Amino acid sequence: MARALCANCKTERAVIKRPKNHAKLCKGCFIQVFEDEVHHTITSSQLFHPGEKIAIGASGGKDSTVLASVLKTLNERHGYGLELVLLSIDEGIKGYRDDSLETVRRNAVQYDMPLKIVGYDELYGWTMDQVVETIGKKGNCTYCGVFRRQALDRGAKMLGIKHVVTGHNADDVAETVLMNLLRGDLARLSRSTSIVTGDSRSEVKRSKPLKYSYEKEIVLYAHHKKLDYFSTECIYSPEAFRGSARALVKQLERVRPTAILDIVRSGEDAARLVPGEEPSSCACLGQKAAAGVVVDDDVGGCGSQSGRTPGGEMAAMDKQLRDNEAHEGLEIDVTKTMAKGAVARGEKRDVPIRTGNASKGAPRQVLGNCKRCGYMSSQEICQACMLLEGLNKNRAKIQI
Amino acid sequence: MSAAKNNDTIDITVDFSGGLEMLFDNKRRYSVSLPAVDGSGKPVTMAFLIDHLCTHLMKDPRVDLFVLDKHIRPGILVLINDADWELEGEEAYELQPRDNILFVSTLHGG
Ligand SMILES: [Zn+2]
Ligand SMILES: [Zn+2]
Repeated sequence: MARALCANCKTERAVIKRPKNHAKLCKGCFIQVFEDEVHHTITSSQLFHPGEKIAIGASGGKDSTVLASVLKTLNERHGYGLELVLLSIDEGIKGYRDDSLETVRRNAVQYDMPLKIVGYDELYGWTMDQVVETIGKKGNCTYCGVFRRQALDRGAKMLGIKHVVTGHNADDVAETVLMNLLRGDLARLSRSTSIVTGDSRSEVKRSKPLKYSYEKEIVLYAHHKKLDYFSTECIYSPEAFRGSARALVKQLERVRPTAILDIVRSGEDAARLVPGEEPSSCACLGQKAAAGVVVDDDVGGCGSQSGRTPGGEMAAMDKQLRDNEAHEGLEIDVTKTMAKGAVARGEKRDVPIRTGNASKGAPRQVLGNCKRCGYMSSQEICQACMLLEGLNKNRAKIQI
Repeated sequence: MSAAKNNDTIDITVDFSGGLEMLFDNKRRYSVSLPAVDGSGKPVTMAFLIDHLCTHLMKDPRVDLFVLDKHIRPGILVLINDADWELEGEEAYELQPRDNILFVSTLHGG
């Protein structure tokens, strides 16, 4: 079979067919273009400033390993002036993190970065094994995910770092967009597309520099750069809903590879229609990163530091948590954020925007801080504190 | 290469990574010997190899994590001698002696 040559250098053998544009590239050109595109995302979204300390949420998995490698490369190549630190979470599941933490320890040496590992026990007084002992396996992914979200923030705070980057990729974002679409949750859909989350009230800002990178290319980048990463499955059961959304994303990619970035862009566009929710995106679109600062409640579930949110059981927890929220009216006038043209033409548009799983009202989540722990939360008491309260009651009962 | 005879074999290496090795006895590399031609006398292809792996190598009952609807599950990348198999004809690719085939999952967390 005739070997295709690289479309870029036209000398080397092509080994990659890019999903976003079908370009056939050689190994060297692929690595270069992958890094250039992440650099473009970083500079156009103004993600970092010189001298900034950045904690990389590191699981030893492919996404965070590639993120660490690319950030190190770009920091040196383009003189970002960043101080990069690896931050890992130990959920306290016996045996579960052993291999991945070993990988992170090797990464710390390979990338010459300091490493901080924080355990759920020191943060919450509970390891995941103790949680499972208390509540059983069902629903424990919810706890794991909610705790992990704050764990990175708290770990960063311990290190005096105000910015955490995570390895969320385009497939992750597309999957979350689809899930929120399927749940009829437009408000959350808008948040899920944002590249930056957290604001001045939250102590730690979060961002996803790989937001526009295909998972396929992340895996190929790791392969061709021979990066040392670790793969695992969540030892507890995966959740059906996110799994289905993920399978759908992958099936769509097979039929039409551009579908993934198209879904991400659809999510960004839809977000503009939600009052008060402006997603950040590439500054080519003329937006500053600060415009896209929103609450990130896309918590990750087990199995991946970069966040595979458990779906089904999360829904029940969502409902429970939502019952504690003040509900606003169902109808929200969208005209204020509609394109000027439409308003000028005098078309009054009242589009009801719903959030949540059901028709149960549309709480526009407002930034605030948890009354108990002080962390950024859209509710009076944050999810972690709610869950901890339940757990501690259970522990009290068991001890009696 | 001379024409393959019915009793000729082709030796290749097959690698699993990204979590797929868990379906194959946690072993990342296998040396695989295939007949040079299939039952109808045609040179063996990737499709033949995938079927062979499912029937002879995989001990894990969760075959659908590797093959779905008779094709490699979406989200699993296949590299033939380090090149994306989409550039090599995918299932129709005719295997050559000493080929290296890598199956790598993008579906697993880390
Ligand atoms: Zn090239
Ligand atoms: Zn709290």
